Amino acid sequence: MAILEAKKIRAGYGETEILHGVFVKVDEGEIISIIGPNGAGKSTLLKTILGLLKPLEGKIILDAEDITGLDPHRIVRKGICYVPQTENVFPSLTVEENLEMGAFIRTDDYKSRMKEVYGIFPHLKERRRDRAGKLSGGQRQMVAIGRALMLEPKVLLLDEPSASLAPRLVQLIFEKIHEINRSGVAILMVEQNTREALKVAHRAYVLTMGRNRFHDTGEALLKNKEVGKLYLGG
Amino acid sequence: MTYGILNFANFAHGDVMALGAFLALALLALLRGLGVPQTAFGPLSFGLPMILALLMAMAFTGGAAIFIDRILYRQLRKTGRIILLIASVGVAFGLRNIIQFIWGPLPQYYHQEIQLARKIPLLGVKIKPDEVFIIGLAAFLVAMLHLFLQKTKTGKAMRAASDNVELARVSGINIDRVILWTWAIGAALAAAAGILAGIENKFITPDLGWQMLLPIFAAVILGGIGSPYGALVGGMVIGLSEEVSTAFISTAYKPGVAFVIMVAVLLIKPRGLFGAK
Repeated sequence: MAILEAKKIRAGYGETEILHGVFVKVDEGEIISIIGPNGAGKSTLLKTILGLLKPLEGKIILDAEDITGLDPHRIVRKGICYVPQTENVFPSLTVEENLEMGAFIRTDDYKSRMKEVYGIFPHLKERRRDRAGKLSGGQRQMVAIGRALMLEPKVLLLDEPSASLAPRLVQLIFEKIHEINRSGVAILMVEQNTREALKVAHRAYVLTMGRNRFHDTGEALLKNKEVGKLYLGG
Repeated sequence: MTYGILNFANFAHGDVMALGAFLALALLALLRGLGVPQTAFGPLSFGLPMILALLMAMAFTGGAAIFIDRILYRQLRKTGRIILLIASVGVAFGLRNIIQFIWGPLPQYYHQEIQLARKIPLLGVKIKPDEVFIIGLAAFLVAMLHLFLQKTKTGKAMRAASDNVELARVSGINIDRVILWTWAIGAALAAAAGILAGIENKFITPDLGWQMLLPIFAAVILGGIGSPYGALVGGMVIGLSEEVSTAFISTAYKPGVAFVIMVAVLLIKPRGLFGAK
């Protein structure tokens, strides 16, 4: 049962077309990784799904509803939340205020959800009154993901969650991603760390030069010789 | 906040101050005509009419800023910060000349009396009663702003948008609303500043805003762009430096003091004291 589907997406910035007919499908409860070389269009795809870019062609369907071309603040209300790769927290706000901003459009009491998010990221609870800009990279990443979780999204879009994190923290982040997924959130993740991304994913898509190259289960792609040669260092 | 959220340096800010000051002047005359009692409060040079005029001018000026945003800046939102800056220069000229057209180029007076500085018993300094009011009101407005930014949802959203507009958008925050609040509050406070300057100097001229642009920008750069508290500190430093400098150099050089400080900051620590950008 597909919760999110992007079909035949052509998109780009201004005159430059980056995606030339890309497709991706996320079923309920899945973790989907998108891997591939730099410049393949992975981040562009996430931005197009979220509505930060309008596709030139193609459709984006969320839970059987066509959301193609909607503005980001509409799409966020429909249940897709996004964690950008960089500048993904409000540095002059405290950890707790960042989470509050994540819950901004909620009209109900968000305090119980905040407790749940602190449950996933206990380190953040100790630091709730610290300014997000003063935290370490790993802690900031947790704030960034926590903020996106405040709306209890159906799908969470993550743009390179492990980028610029120390190896020990990379493990931790992927564990958390697994935990979040188990709580019922589908995850669509762009990653540069190919091995970890394939290990944690149910299925994965390999993008090169704006087109789909492979797609299969994470396990299968890990064993795939070509993928191994290109992205896993042989 | 304007720079952080709207992404341009607003050259019209000074003239918004002037607008507020002149609107208050007009409202004072109106209130006099309506028969509002003119008696002054104690040792102050003004009474109820000024308080009412202040509040009303703040509200009207806030409204004017929202209006200007709707008809001008909003159309230009997608363009670059240079274009917006030039547009604000246009607004500055426009406002200044409208003021001059309505009220004339000569100084206008809030009141004519000369106030004597009184001695404060504990501190041993002399200060005019009006100046005590000015300091008190300024402190009050700053405190109110602080509470608004720290405790209210809209205030936090403004701080968030000032940090990162796209992330705010992606969190579902209504950026249009935030922008309107930014203009309204910024303009209302500017109006208050213009009126307080008028109370202090006793007269106002259409130029008063444009003349203050240099110290204003120097204060913001010193404090750090993007930090309202930095601007506060910067303002105090610039103001005090300018006044203290008159003990050593000619008063004609007062604006030069702000300029020197600004250049020094840009050369040594361009981010300012608390700035992020």
